Amino acid sequence: MQCKLTTPVLKEDLKQLREGDTVLLSGVIYTARDAAHKRLMELLDRGEKPPFLLENSVIYYVGPTPERPGEVIGSAGPTTSGRMDAYAPRLLDLGQSVMIGKGARNQAVKDAVVRNGAVYLAALGGAGALMAACVKKLEIVCWEDLGCEAVRRLEVENMPLTVVLDAHGGDLYERGPAAYLASLN
Amino acid sequence: MRTISADEIIRAVARLCVRANTVLPADVAASLDACRASEPWPLARETLGLLQDNLVRAGERDLPICQDTGMACVFVELGQEVHIEGDFERAIHEGVRRGYGEGYLRKSMVADPLRRVNTQDNTPASITVRIVAGDQCVLTVAPKGFGSENMSRLAMLKPADGVEGVKNFVVETVRLAGPNPCPPIVLGVGIGGSFDKVAALAKHALLRPLGEANPDSYYAALEGELLEKINALGIGPQGFGGKTTCLGLAIETAPTHVAGLPVAVNVSCHVTRRATEVL
Repeated sequence: MQCKLTTPVLKEDLKQLREGDTVLLSGVIYTARDAAHKRLMELLDRGEKPPFLLENSVIYYVGPTPERPGEVIGSAGPTTSGRMDAYAPRLLDLGQSVMIGKGARNQAVKDAVVRNGAVYLAALGGAGALMAACVKKLEIVCWEDLGCEAVRRLEVENMPLTVVLDAHGGDLYERGPAAYLASLN
Repeated sequence: MRTISADEIIRAVARLCVRANTVLPADVAASLDACRASEPWPLARETLGLLQDNLVRAGERDLPICQDTGMACVFVELGQEVHIEGDFERAIHEGVRRGYGEGYLRKSMVADPLRRVNTQDNTPASITVRIVAGDQCVLTVAPKGFGSENMSRLAMLKPADGVEGVKNFVVETVRLAGPNPCPPIVLGVGIGGSFDKVAALAKHALLRPLGEANPDSYYAALEGELLEKINALGIGPQGFGGKTTCLGLAIETAPTHVAGLPVAVNVSCHVTRRATEVL
């Protein structure tokens, strides 16, 4: 099934999604990867306000290449999500509704997805030029010293994504290869 | 004796950094085309099509194919008749600094592995030099992304483990990597040598064009068998399932100790990049 989603993404809208569905996402999303997540945790530990509203937020694990003059963004495909597994459950429990990245997640993240009615979507790994075409506006929110790892606010249009973990416990990385292998018999 | 100036090396390395990151080697692009044509699983075929679209888009917009423009791995075959005028290693680092700056490539290097401050110019390069006969300097820049690099593994097997042990280790590495290294992947496999040597063999094997078999028919057959086993895992493009898990696999070997059987698997992605210039 193909589904259009617009931010803010409400948990109610995510119930319909199943692993393997494709999503075209439009609206405002925030970028954060390794170093930004670490700082986000330190800030939450100190009881400070996060740099963007976590409730119903979408976080894209990406560190883009620098934009050429006149361009909105450089190449911007997903980074490996597993490195954010240590931080993701806490953010999901605080209201984040969508994670975008690529690659496998651990059980704690899978449990947090189901517990919170969230989803994990895959962007196309290694297809940074294609993903960049969906980004219409970019602003740096904070931690500019982190370079490509700074938190950015992106406005995206019809960003093509695939549901990997759905709110009902489905996992495309398990089901997809199994379904292909079953088709051979 | 022929003289090559450090400045020529700087300019060549800078050009190669940009070219490697924006134009996929013809053999890798051809392999993606061939795999798409023979892929029976609809979602996998569609996904491979999007990877092809990405190459076109990168070309049209002068964008890096992938945002992880990598650690700059520079391989040099330096003719022993060549005299370098100026500082050779500094020239390579400077070429990387210029290429990554002028090419709007991502700066992904931290100066220290634990204190992690970005060097802001993607230096230093990782340099491998081999002294060869002749009066040429062959420079290859192979930017290496870490989504796939992180999935690489090394084992010191026992001689009794034999070829079966090697096969199991390679296939297990791919199975454990699953969707993480951006499949379809490319594998460099090192067998033999020592702990450090075997990793270098695996890395160097990634430079061999896809479709070119090992000149030793024993290892050519092993490459074919491993490729078949890996593509029977069903991981597929992006890990969504399908036939196309691995585009190609190259084995490099070295003599080893009577007591050892080192094996290393360097995992690379569908954006396996390399560009070469001869000075």
